[in-house]
Amino acid sequence: MNQRGVFQIDWPTILMYLMLVGIGWMNIYAATYSDQYEGLLDINQNHGRQLIFFLGAVVIMLLVLFLDIRLLRIAPWPLYIISLASLVAVLLFGQKISGARSWFVLGPIGIQPGEFAKVAAALVLANYMGRLEFSWRKWKDRIIAILLVAIPALIILPQPDLGSTIVFSAFIFVFHREGMSSGWIFLGLAVGLIFVLALLFDSLYLSLFFLAIALIVIFIQRKKSRRWVSVLGVLFVVIGVIQSVDYTFNNLLEDRHRNRINILLGLEQDLKGVGYNTHQAQIAIGSGGLTGKGFLQGTQTKYNFVPEQHTDFIFCTVGEEWGLVGSVILLLLFSGFLMRLIFMAERQKVVMYRVYGYALVSVLFFHFAINIAMAIGLFPVVGIPLPFVSYGGSSLWAFSLMLFIFVKMDAHRMDVW
Amino acid sequence: MERRAFLLIGFIVMLFVIFTSRLVYLQLFDESLKLSAENNVIRRLKDYAPRGHIYDRHNRLIVGNQSAYDLMVIPSQVRDLDTSAFCEHFHMDREDLRKALKKAVVYSRLKPSVVIKQMMHSEYAAVQEKLVFYPGFFFQRRLLRSYQYDGAANIAGFIGEVSEAFVRNNPEYARGDFYGVAGIEKSYESTLRGKDGVRRIVVDVHNREKGQFEGGLYDTLPVSGSHLTATIDIELQRYAERLMANKRGGVVAIDPQTGELLVVASSPTFDPNLLVGRDRNRNYVELYRDSVDKPLFDRALLAEYPPGSPFKILNALIGLQVGAITPNTQYTCGGGFRHGSLFVRCKCGTGHPLPLKAGIYKSCNNYFCTTYKNIIERHKRAPVGLQNWNAHVKSFGMGEFFNNDLPTGRRGLVPDSTYYNNVYRTNRWKAVSTISNGIGQGELLVTPLQLANLAAAIANRGYYYTPHIVSHIDGEPITDPHFTQPKYTMVDSIHFETVIEGMFEVFEQGTARLSRIEGIAMCGKTGTAENPHGQDHSIFMAFAPRDNPKIAIAVFIENGYWGSRWAAPIASLVMEKFLTGEIKRPEMEKRMLEGSLREEYDNQARRLQERRERNAAARQ
Repeated sequence: MNQRGVFQIDWPTILMYLMLVGIGWMNIYAATYSDQYEGLLDINQNHGRQLIFFLGAVVIMLLVLFLDIRLLRIAPWPLYIISLASLVAVLLFGQKISGARSWFVLGPIGIQPGEFAKVAAALVLANYMGRLEFSWRKWKDRIIAILLVAIPALIILPQPDLGSTIVFSAFIFVFHREGMSSGWIFLGLAVGLIFVLALLFDSLYLSLFFLAIALIVIFIQRKKSRRWVSVLGVLFVVIGVIQSVDYTFNNLLEDRHRNRINILLGLEQDLKGVGYNTHQAQIAIGSGGLTGKGFLQGTQTKYNFVPEQHTDFIFCTVGEEWGLVGSVILLLLFSGFLMRLIFMAERQKVVMYRVYGYALVSVLFFHFAINIAMAIGLFPVVGIPLPFVSYGGSSLWAFSLMLFIFVKMDAHRMDVW
Repeated sequence: MERRAFLLIGFIVMLFVIFTSRLVYLQLFDESLKLSAENNVIRRLKDYAPRGHIYDRHNRLIVGNQSAYDLMVIPSQVRDLDTSAFCEHFHMDREDLRKALKKAVVYSRLKPSVVIKQMMHSEYAAVQEKLVFYPGFFFQRRLLRSYQYDGAANIAGFIGEVSEAFVRNNPEYARGDFYGVAGIEKSYESTLRGKDGVRRIVVDVHNREKGQFEGGLYDTLPVSGSHLTATIDIELQRYAERLMANKRGGVVAIDPQTGELLVVASSPTFDPNLLVGRDRNRNYVELYRDSVDKPLFDRALLAEYPPGSPFKILNALIGLQVGAITPNTQYTCGGGFRHGSLFVRCKCGTGHPLPLKAGIYKSCNNYFCTTYKNIIERHKRAPVGLQNWNAHVKSFGMGEFFNNDLPTGRRGLVPDSTYYNNVYRTNRWKAVSTISNGIGQGELLVTPLQLANLAAAIANRGYYYTPHIVSHIDGEPITDPHFTQPKYTMVDSIHFETVIEGMFEVFEQGTARLSRIEGIAMCGKTGTAENPHGQDHSIFMAFAPRDNPKIAIAVFIENGYWGSRWAAPIASLVMEKFLTGEIKRPEMEKRMLEGSLREEYDNQARRLQERRERNAAARQ
């Protein structure tokens, strides 16, 4: 790395990164804390291990910053291949932990290849879409780009890890930035909305409801010739989705997903069983009030009422001990961090860097959205961590690696090579 | 910035707004979540209040408390359980242990369940040190009753664990609480119970204790229940129970001057200590299922017998009060009472005119049938006359509940005109149709308690205090006017002297002369009541001394042949013990203590069984 690069590191990003990791560590400490253990650096405790993971992340950061930027030309494809291979390998030889075969266990350390697959996919996608001859208008380019993302996503799915697979759909924002019509994103949202509506209401009445809306639209726009054709086309698709929801829901989803969705929609109540997690998470957050109970004072946190509180449900600790004020500050910090990254991505001259930046932001955004929504009871429980904040070596290292690759790119944005 | 960047920025802003509003709702407006959080971590533990003690009239402790220990298990903490060693240490059947553990696991792996209930202190001391070998097991202290005497079980009663249904109807109780099931324990439940304390402790998700909540600021200490002084004399009670051994029936003794119950003995009875400790349930089921002896059935309070001859005293008093007879009225017995085709046999064996006094101590059936006929015929229509007679009888506490502080009781039966209207399906019946009432037979039924109360009312010459079982609560005398105010009968006191004279002569030259106590003027009346079940009942009613009476007593011995054979000697011994403190007639005492009617009862049971079989065969 040349001298200019060090000084052109985006320090606000580094600062926010450190703040997120710091907040995360503090809350992991609180979630693990109990009156008996007091050592801050106890390797047997989660907070002690997270500190070591952070030191590892610093090593990764230095490594990335000091390696030659030109590696980015050749590294993506080998990394992608290795990543795919490790995903397949983990399916065959991985350790099964809490029902999912997604871990390699090497002594005391467990590694989740799924977390690193996102980095590899982002790199190879950036590399592919950064080529001069790439154009979203070309069907071949389009399909290859989508396949590059879809392949790792589909290999992860049978682990099973629905959460990670969903995260891969974040790349839709990358495609949008590079030319895909925003209509697809809204279509995705609409299908999701119709899916929820179809679960809540009888499919016949829902179909009739949309039929009525279509008729009204046709009536209002009766002057425009042939508008009724497209309206009826949309209506046909909508009704098709509605009618297929029952089948999808009952046959394609697994029981645990079905249950979690039912709980969330209030169609089922099971506070001791499947709904326990969501319910306890909301109790913990809700009991925090405006300013929270104070550091290490959260009873729900201290006595482990929320399962997975140091990992996927870390936000509950924030909610209980720091209250509304602390939670909103964390939301602001994370949103600001995302905005900063978007700003950085937009200032890239090299297309590959921009694509990569967008991939980073999109993945972080998805994690953030789903994780928080899950903790406050707006989304079914899918196990994905809050980046930089949740406990976990693989997740912290993978996100740090992904972030610092982009920081490195940003530092070299003026280089022409 | 590129236009396309704003889509993602828009999403981020939208999400921030949605999340913030949801957080505002959860953290500022949804109060139920804060309550749930508290319920999650705070466990309210009960500190059981000790129940009040029960003392007898001389402040001897009858019922106290003792510690017992429930052996509990938390299944998730059990490690390497050596079942055969465990069963040996704790004297447990292997199968029982297996069942108990299975039940515990089904209930909860993390919460404690009972393995052995109510180990007594001696047993606990022996096994306590063995507990270190069995992780996951621990002892939980409970307070049980301890009975200082092996008697008075029917009076003291016993406690038991509340059932689900009981808790539903009595929300102030919770699972695992004890409550009074019978006896004083039941009727004075609210007084004896005390107030349980509450300890608040903080627990984690696995129900592990993490210390006091707020340093115990909101904890309350248990308040012990009130101590009761029972009116009974426990030594006298035990003595009466020993005399009643191997006989069925009841003994009730009352202090006529206060209405305090001195003895309420029922036989067969049981040792109250059977209902404490590890084997409580097995013992209880055994007692409950004993359909021959019915030890849980309090014959002194619940058994209804025909009163027999002692009832003649009451008819004499009513006759005097309504003017049907005078003390000098004489009737001549010709071996029985005759009216048309009706004939009531008499065994008095006299053929000359008898005055009232002689009629009493000779127990002449003719005298009292005639007296009864005259009482009823004071009115032109028999139903009106009977109704008047009925009112007089009931004024002595018969045919009605006493509504006293005993948890059970029976009305008995004093028939009124409606009763006979129904029996005869007309109101045109005559006095002689109900003539059995004259000699205490027929439809009449009384409990031993009611007969003892009759003796008390006669001893008081016309009034009684409602018999009751508790005299002091926490050392303070009871003030309920129902117990402290006398209840006057409908017979004036001037009419009692002649009758009492007759009862005195019963001991001097009548049927109970063998039960006389030297130096004590006693008044009584024997009874021999026919009954449909077998041999006649042996009945006795008495009070003593004649002036300023200290004790009134009634004794019923089922199938005891005749009054002076069992009931009179037993009553006499109890009175002697109470009045003089010692027994001067050891051979009579020995005869009563060792006497047994077991053979009689067995024969009766056999006859009953045979009849049942015959009937069954006949039906086929």
